[in-house]
Amino acid sequence: MRRITLRHCIALCCCLFGLLSLPSSGAESTSLDPLLVELGEAKMKDVEPILVRIEAASDDSILPLFRTLLEGNLYYIEAEGQVVGQFDVDGQTVYKDVFTQQVRSDLQKGDVGKIRVNNKLRGYLRNAMARIQLTAKSPSVRERAVRELLSKLDDDTVEVLEGLYPNEPNKKVKDVMGLALAMSTASQTQLAPSNRIAAIEKMSTSLESDVRNLLNRLTRDDSAAVVDAANVALEKIAQRVNRFAFVDQLFFGLSLGSVLLLASIGLAITFGVMGVINMAHGEMIMLGAYTTYVVQLIMPNYIDYSIWVAIPAAFLVSGLMGVLIERLVICRLHGRPLETLLATFGISLILQQLVRTIFSPLNRQVSTPSWMSGSWEINPVLSLTLNRLYILAFALLVFIVLVIVLKKTSLGLNVRAVSQNRNMAKAMGVKTNWVDAMTFGLGSGIAGIAGVALSQLTNVGPNLGQSYIIDSFMVVVFGGVGNLLGTLVAAFTLGIATKFLEPTTGAVLAAILVLVFIILFIQKRPKGLFPQKGRAAE
Amino acid sequence: MTRLTAWFSEGRSTGKHTLPFVVILLSVTILASAANLFLPADSIFYVSTYTITLLGKYLCYAMLALAVDIIWGYCGILSLGHGAFFALGGYAMGMYLMRQIGDRGVYGNPLLPDFMVFLDWKELPWFWLGMDQFWFAMLMAVLVPGLLAFVFGWLAFRSRVTGVYLSIMTQALTYALLLAFFRNEMGFGGNNGLTDFKEILGFNLQADSTRVALFLITAILLAVIFVVSQKILSSRLGKVVLAIRDSESRSRFIGYRTDRYKVWLFVYSAVIAGIAGALYVPQVGIINPGEFSPINSIEMVIWVAVGGRGTLIGAVIGALLVNYAKTRFTAIMPDAWLFALGAMFVLVTLYLPKGLMGLYGQLKAKRNTVMNKESQA
Repeated sequence: MRRITLRHCIALCCCLFGLLSLPSSGAESTSLDPLLVELGEAKMKDVEPILVRIEAASDDSILPLFRTLLEGNLYYIEAEGQVVGQFDVDGQTVYKDVFTQQVRSDLQKGDVGKIRVNNKLRGYLRNAMARIQLTAKSPSVRERAVRELLSKLDDDTVEVLEGLYPNEPNKKVKDVMGLALAMSTASQTQLAPSNRIAAIEKMSTSLESDVRNLLNRLTRDDSAAVVDAANVALEKIAQRVNRFAFVDQLFFGLSLGSVLLLASIGLAITFGVMGVINMAHGEMIMLGAYTTYVVQLIMPNYIDYSIWVAIPAAFLVSGLMGVLIERLVICRLHGRPLETLLATFGISLILQQLVRTIFSPLNRQVSTPSWMSGSWEINPVLSLTLNRLYILAFALLVFIVLVIVLKKTSLGLNVRAVSQNRNMAKAMGVKTNWVDAMTFGLGSGIAGIAGVALSQLTNVGPNLGQSYIIDSFMVVVFGGVGNLLGTLVAAFTLGIATKFLEPTTGAVLAAILVLVFIILFIQKRPKGLFPQKGRAAE
Repeated sequence: MTRLTAWFSEGRSTGKHTLPFVVILLSVTILASAANLFLPADSIFYVSTYTITLLGKYLCYAMLALAVDIIWGYCGILSLGHGAFFALGGYAMGMYLMRQIGDRGVYGNPLLPDFMVFLDWKELPWFWLGMDQFWFAMLMAVLVPGLLAFVFGWLAFRSRVTGVYLSIMTQALTYALLLAFFRNEMGFGGNNGLTDFKEILGFNLQADSTRVALFLITAILLAVIFVVSQKILSSRLGKVVLAIRDSESRSRFIGYRTDRYKVWLFVYSAVIAGIAGALYVPQVGIINPGEFSPINSIEMVIWVAVGGRGTLIGAVIGALLVNYAKTRFTAIMPDAWLFALGAMFVLVTLYLPKGLMGLYGQLKAKRNTVMNKESQA
């Protein structure tokens, strides 16, 4: 009897879908109204049949109602014969229409009665929701519905899946359905072992945690052949999971490397090419991050586009600050690196305190554009967060642009000339003062861009720059001063090394070990991984 | 007496401040101590215990500034990690004081300090053994910074890491130690560090007399270190050190093993920093990983820069002045202190490369030339 209802419901849903390509809740609620009144007034034991009828009479637009009921937030307004959802918004109880999400501010607590659910009803609701989603139009909704079913397969759902499987047009959805059916086959002890073993073999290609749970259960099966097959499958899955865990770690290492690259690449120019120690480099990064924050304050309704404004703005703010510092302080300390170090450290203190005075010492929240949030789920055990992925790509882009600027533009030519032989360049008519200011501005501006990227990963506070300055110097020194490619290699090497050490040693110890390694490395090769050769080297 | 004066002022220009310095330092400390102990609290000449402790803290900083000046001013090695040696000395003293608490801690454990009981440790880690002996703890306060400086210096100077590279490596060193000491597993009290000390060698740390005694000991040790350093730097060894500062490669070509001179001077300087740290902890009553933070180490450099590097007296004056300014500033307008400190860095490096002592020297030279001209006329 029930089976017919199910089929019936699916057929009806499809019909409704065809009729109402845009399901409007208004139309639904009129046809559902009498059922909702019944639902509101029924006793607990009568609720399930009513729900069956509701399910039969509607399409996937009913999902919000079921979800609210499942969460125990569905209330009945006796006076109107309507249902309403109760939500908690900032600690206040708010009533909203379940379908339209309109707030019903006229309702008081006394006007409504809760529609209660028990565990049996919850189970039914979950299955019903899955069934409704299985026939949804969008393949991704269907796929997610099947995946959710994997952990709670029962006779009903298996039967639904068997019915849907042959006609499923989307290959991905079909594969997951096949997996679900295989899991059902494998777990049925009354079937022949050969069938079950075939099903287990099919399951061994999946990475779902439900599959692993089932296989673990099957290792205690009565049939020895099934137990063996399950063990083999588990072994196979474990190998793949390990491989993906490795990829995951590698990704995190690359991500840390990209952050280090962004933070240190500006330094690679000012320190590496100009030979100027800029201890205020971290504060240039911080200024970039705060620029992002200010840009988002100015255009709060266009957060998704704010980043495209923030990148050039941060470049300009930090770059101009860099030019200012160079003109006012650094150019007077030419050839006195230790004094430059001290003076720029003073500047970094002033900038930090300035930001603290203007924006408060507390961290500021920078929101992530919607297109950067979320993650790219490759399979159940491996998903890469989009913001890290974008920042990785961005870091490489900045690096390439910088290399092109230094190799192909006249500014780049002048910079290289001055860094190799200042006096000769001057004699050839290069305005060394101007080149110094521009180089410093370029390095600082890139630090500002790094700040934009970092604001998407960490908190924006006055100490943001401080936490990167030592790491950045380590990267530049490790890679070899005056060598952009060395900086790239060093940043990724250190990033990956840190992330691979972390699981065994913990984050802090990993950082210490990497520092100690660099200290020792510098003893052996004081000029870094890629020392400068030829005339540029001292 | 004249022989004593001669001994003190041996070594030309830099040595001529030694005797006045020692006399002024010791007389001020003795007067202040007497004013604290023997005058009634309502007398106008009474020096409060708070002031005594503050002065004691300044003297520890002055000692630390001496340590930085000895290698930076005289040998051209800019260490941005001297805070590490200072903190290590402080931790050695802190461990001794921690063991002295005994069973008077919150948990009343006779053997383990409170934080270890809190972490559910069952026995003392090996590096805490022996720390209940004062002599052993003091040996460690000198030995550990010295050893670290030796290993680091030996590695760095032998492979000729110099200048800015060395500065950044020392900064990384103290940063690594900062991270390490923040870890609870290290067994040094983690984030909170070591505190709640009760007594030192049986004397109550809160008592006025103990505070005054610590202050006097600090002053005497500062004077001794000042005189000894003056002697070392005006000896033949000191001349070689100056030569290394002015041109390392030339000194090396002449035949001096410059790396050895540098390593030993670095170790000597680290030991002084360790002593300063060990004297600092009982007076302020706490040691925590914050002392390792790179900014502390850089502040020490600015004390020396303000006072005038390459003159021991300048380092002491700079440390006292800057710290007095810090105390006043942070009390009146706390936000302005970092602005002032930052501006000090920039202005001193731009306009006062030789610090206040350099300014004093310039003014005196000017007056002399004016006077010479007048006498000629």
